[in-house]
Amino acid sequence: MATQSDKKQYDEMVKAASPASTVGVNCIKAFLVGGSICAIGQVFYNMFHNRGFAKEDAGLMVAGILIVTAIILTVLGLYNKLGKHAGAGSVVPITGFANAIAAPAIEYKKEGLVLGVGAKMFVIAGPVIVYGAMASVVVGLIYYFVK
Amino acid sequence: MEKHIGEQTVRFANPPTITATAAIVGPKEGEGPLAQYFDVVSQDALFGTDSWEKAESELSRQTIILAVQKANLQLGDIQYILAGDLLNQETGTTFGVRDLGRPFFGLFGACSAIGEAMTLGAMIIDGGFANNIVASASSHFCAAEKTFRFPLELGTQRPPTASWTVTGDGAVVLSAQGAGPYVTTATTGAVVDLGVKDSNNMGAAMAPAAADVLIKHFQDLGIQPDYYDVIATGDLGAVGRDLLLQLMDKAGYNLHHNHKDCGLMIFDREKQDVHAGGSGCGCSAATFAGYFYRQLLRGEINKMLLVPTGALHSVVTVQQGESIPAIAHAVAFERAMSHNER
Repeated sequence: MATQSDKKQYDEMVKAASPASTVGVNCIKAFLVGGSICAIGQVFYNMFHNRGFAKEDAGLMVAGILIVTAIILTVLGLYNKLGKHAGAGSVVPITGFANAIAAPAIEYKKEGLVLGVGAKMFVIAGPVIVYGAMASVVVGLIYYFVK
Repeated sequence: MEKHIGEQTVRFANPPTITATAAIVGPKEGEGPLAQYFDVVSQDALFGTDSWEKAESELSRQTIILAVQKANLQLGDIQYILAGDLLNQETGTTFGVRDLGRPFFGLFGACSAIGEAMTLGAMIIDGGFANNIVASASSHFCAAEKTFRFPLELGTQRPPTASWTVTGDGAVVLSAQGAGPYVTTATTGAVVDLGVKDSNNMGAAMAPAAADVLIKHFQDLGIQPDYYDVIATGDLGAVGRDLLLQLMDKAGYNLHHNHKDCGLMIFDREKQDVHAGGSGCGCSAATFAGYFYRQLLRGEINKMLLVPTGALHSVVTVQQGESIPAIAHAVAFERAMSHNER
């Protein structure tokens, strides 16, 4: 039976032996890829807006394009390769959310359309929706009273 | 003759022989440094099926049948199959053996399965309860990712301490009669937990279990690590190997010269992007059945100790914040028996 001091001592050894992630390089990659995805979105936005679409409509169309593109890249097995290098850079934009829904949908296809695809589709994105919705309620209440 | 020695070790009175082995692996393992030693390298990760789970079962079935064929035996000659894998309820194995019609013990020791299977198989044979048994263990990268981690297509990053589950199966036929290599002794490990909680650092979680069983093995038999040409742990990877050597140094045993880790052998860490190394039941099973068995047969090595290591967590225990218990089993092989033992 290992004592607390054994565990503490071993924890020190593990920390010393385990290589850390290359945070600096990862941040630069995330910045470049995340920035590029947003820049591409901006290009489309400007294009639509200049052709006479309203701001809201142009924004929705850009979101649609990014989501569809991310899902196609997921199906082709390319988005996970991008994600391996980009990290948060490809997780945080809307494309990451699309990937998080498409990937389990593909993985659980064998378990059927209801209990597989249907039930598992939000297994990763679900918490984002739950806490995103809750946060928006809180922010909305604050806005209502502060305003 | 007293077969149980010291605290946790057995010495077989009539050491079982390895009659044949078979190792079948997936495409990525076929690009690794040990490719030439595997019987079959499948270029199809699905092994002709339509799901990862079915693929692992097919892999398990094919490997067991191939091992029996290579031993020049019929399935009917096999009195027991002892096998294990990583999937829930061990369906990887049970669905693989369901059409074989042989008596079956399903074993769970996570990635230590082949050590557990060979220990128990050798006991069954030395006890006179069977003439031939098959010990086997399998894992499949894609099925393991689905069971333990994230969908394959999800764009996530792995930390440098993470390992890569081997797609492979190693099966070993043990027989009462034969000309070796022999299974001579075995030390069964206890569950050891030094509080590691990071399931992306399983080498660190398992190293204390490997150290514990090695120390018991040396103490029980009164031998030193240099008794063996090779001491091969299962899937500690780079971090776990480093920690094991440190723990053994502290206990006064020097493993620096003859220690190898199957997880560091089966993949080229630099070229194949597997981070800390290979892992999974198939890692030690396929490396032993493919590589080390041939080394023993050719006399490249005469005595070896195989120490498959297993992390005994589940997705639920990790989510509940539990630390990761681990286990390791030591099984010794000798190419020829010395006179006083035979």
